[in-house]
Amino acid sequence: MIKDNDKTDILEDANRLRYELGPNFHEHVVESIYANAAEITGRSVLQQNQPGKFNFDSVIDKIVTGKITGIPIMFLMLAIVFWLTVAGANVPSAMIASVLVDTLHPVLREFGQGVGLPWWLNGVIFDGAYLAAAWVVSVMLPPMAIFFPLFTLLEDFGYLPRVAFNLDGLFRKAGAHGKQALTMSMGFGCNAAGIISARIIDSPRERLIAIITNNFSLCNGRWPTQILISTIFIGSLVPAHLAGIVSAAAVVGITLLGISFMFIVSFVLSKTILKGEASAFSLELPPYRPPQILQTLYTSLIDRTLFVLWRAVVFAVPAGIVIYTSANFHIGDLSIAEHFIHWANPFGLLLGLNGIILLAYIIAIPANEIVVPTILMLTTLMVKSLGLGSGAGIMFELDSVADTAMILHAGGWTTLTGINLMLFSLLHNPCSTTIYTIYKETGSVKWTVIATFLPILMGFLICYLVASLWGIF
Amino acid sequence: METIDKSACADCPINTPINLKRLGSVEAKYDCLIALAGNPNTGKSTVFNRLTGLKQHTGNWPGKTVSRAEGGFALNGRKFRIVDLPGTYSLLSTSTDEEIARDFILFGQPDVTLIVVDATRLERNLNLVLQILEITDRAVLCLNLIDEAERHGITIDTRNLSRDLGIPVVPAAAREGRDISELLRSIEEVIEGKFICKPHRIKNLLPEIEAAILGLSSKIENLYPGILNARWIAMRLLEGDQKMIDAIKNGGIVEIIGRNISNNGQAKIDKR
Repeated sequence: MIKDNDKTDILEDANRLRYELGPNFHEHVVESIYANAAEITGRSVLQQNQPGKFNFDSVIDKIVTGKITGIPIMFLMLAIVFWLTVAGANVPSAMIASVLVDTLHPVLREFGQGVGLPWWLNGVIFDGAYLAAAWVVSVMLPPMAIFFPLFTLLEDFGYLPRVAFNLDGLFRKAGAHGKQALTMSMGFGCNAAGIISARIIDSPRERLIAIITNNFSLCNGRWPTQILISTIFIGSLVPAHLAGIVSAAAVVGITLLGISFMFIVSFVLSKTILKGEASAFSLELPPYRPPQILQTLYTSLIDRTLFVLWRAVVFAVPAGIVIYTSANFHIGDLSIAEHFIHWANPFGLLLGLNGIILLAYIIAIPANEIVVPTILMLTTLMVKSLGLGSGAGIMFELDSVADTAMILHAGGWTTLTGINLMLFSLLHNPCSTTIYTIYKETGSVKWTVIATFLPILMGFLICYLVASLWGIF
Repeated sequence: METIDKSACADCPINTPINLKRLGSVEAKYDCLIALAGNPNTGKSTVFNRLTGLKQHTGNWPGKTVSRAEGGFALNGRKFRIVDLPGTYSLLSTSTDEEIARDFILFGQPDVTLIVVDATRLERNLNLVLQILEITDRAVLCLNLIDEAERHGITIDTRNLSRDLGIPVVPAAAREGRDISELLRSIEEVIEGKFICKPHRIKNLLPEIEAAILGLSSKIENLYPGILNARWIAMRLLEGDQKMIDAIKNGGIVEIIGRNISNNGQAKIDKR
């Protein structure tokens, strides 16, 4: 039997020895480990000198991490990826919509009527739940199926650590950890994943900064909103042959704005409630490796695209039911949705948005992916004169960007609404999954509340400022 | 295309090494537990996928795996569970990923720790290997990316390395699925006691540090007869590791010893 006083004896011994050995114990042990490693390596490793051999990696690194060339190349890479996504997603999107929405939806509705479902149940199932899911698939699947593999190829090639390297100096100046560049990059895929990846940061202070500011990385749930709204409102400002490039540039602009906010907020946090110095770290630049294209396609399509899509569908189905219900059940003369929109509209207009957008963001708290479908559905509800689709309160067929544009313009949208929606999509509360992840990772209600409300307050402020300036000019 | 052929070969029964059956995700019962450790970006997840048939996302950047991924495979009638630990450069700091790796190797009681290293950066990778060998007595070294090392004109004397480290050393190119069967054979040999590991222990410590570790670890050995990682525990105590202090206070340490005594080279059956 182990006696307690034997245990305390050992612990006291350890304390005394620790005191005697002084504060450099750790360094001495590490030094010995390094010396041992060097000795063993010396006995077993033979490095042949290959003078004058062309070093592929260091040549690329000189360019992509160069002082002058590094950051422009980064922007260019981003722009190319977005442009390919914008340009490539439109056609398949319309094709999927025509199958799921134009063809299948009427069939399902008739089937529902045929088997004698009451009108409201038929409506909830096929006009609410089914249409929401179909919408999410047709709006989201094509851009994700292009964006994720491209991003993963860059990752496999070894580019991401170079991004971290390029941004390290800026993060340090902002009082944050250089590895935050990596968590930020993960956030471009999914904020919840980005927040989990902040575990690679040692210091709790810097880790919190990385967690709180991760929401400034546009996640895949928000890319489709950005891309669609930018195509409609920004792309249409310039001649058709420039539209694709200009709308891609607008999305890059919003992305960069998000990165700037990340730096600014990190800086402010590290000077106020999370005071401290940035800690040093070493980042290994891995060798460039030729990406394994087929495997990358497989993992990014199955693991990322379908996974995210499934999540979106799971959240879209109940949201579709909520939308249908709030648009079709009346209190007095107006539907529930109309009540809210009338009430919220003055506030929305003050922000350069409108009541519909605000309601859509409340309905879409579980998943950012369904913002655009919700907005479209609510807009048709409010603009009954459109004469489109099967009627108000149903998410109807929209097989082209032009149709979407028409509805939004009819709903009183202007370029300002488009710009501010893009800003608000960047700056608003994280989705519920991300909020839950923040809580799990920090274990603190306080930081979860801060991380949730900080971005949305900033969103209100920025949108209000832009709307006011827009009014002046 | 070349890549198609490769993945087809990897699934072909003729090429599948020594009756390896990939079991995908975790089954409740298993006979042996393998921890997969190593520096970031050495290809641990690739090795993991090769063994389990899972498609855990792999990426060419350090710190991609931040939590534990688990999978399983069966080999010659034995069921294995394998845990992919976060990649770390050391086991001495306080960051969450290092804690996950350190605690699992010590408290998770793996039967074998498979250490994956980047053959092109052996010296730097050995720092972690030496720390792991302080904790555990049963390990296999996977010298991954050996093809890349060869391309860079690096030759490694694996027998010499194996003798120095006291554990089996297997060169591999996991991305191409090369030499996985050799790796599995070594794991089996360690589990079956055919290869008795004599892990390298850190040498050339300052005399006063060596004395302190020796004194403390002999006391720990007296208190817990049969304990195998007394030296590591002594080092952690000297560093003031709160988790280790708590493990001694509340008796969590006894579990580790229980495993070390009962587990003299025989695989356990029906571990929960």
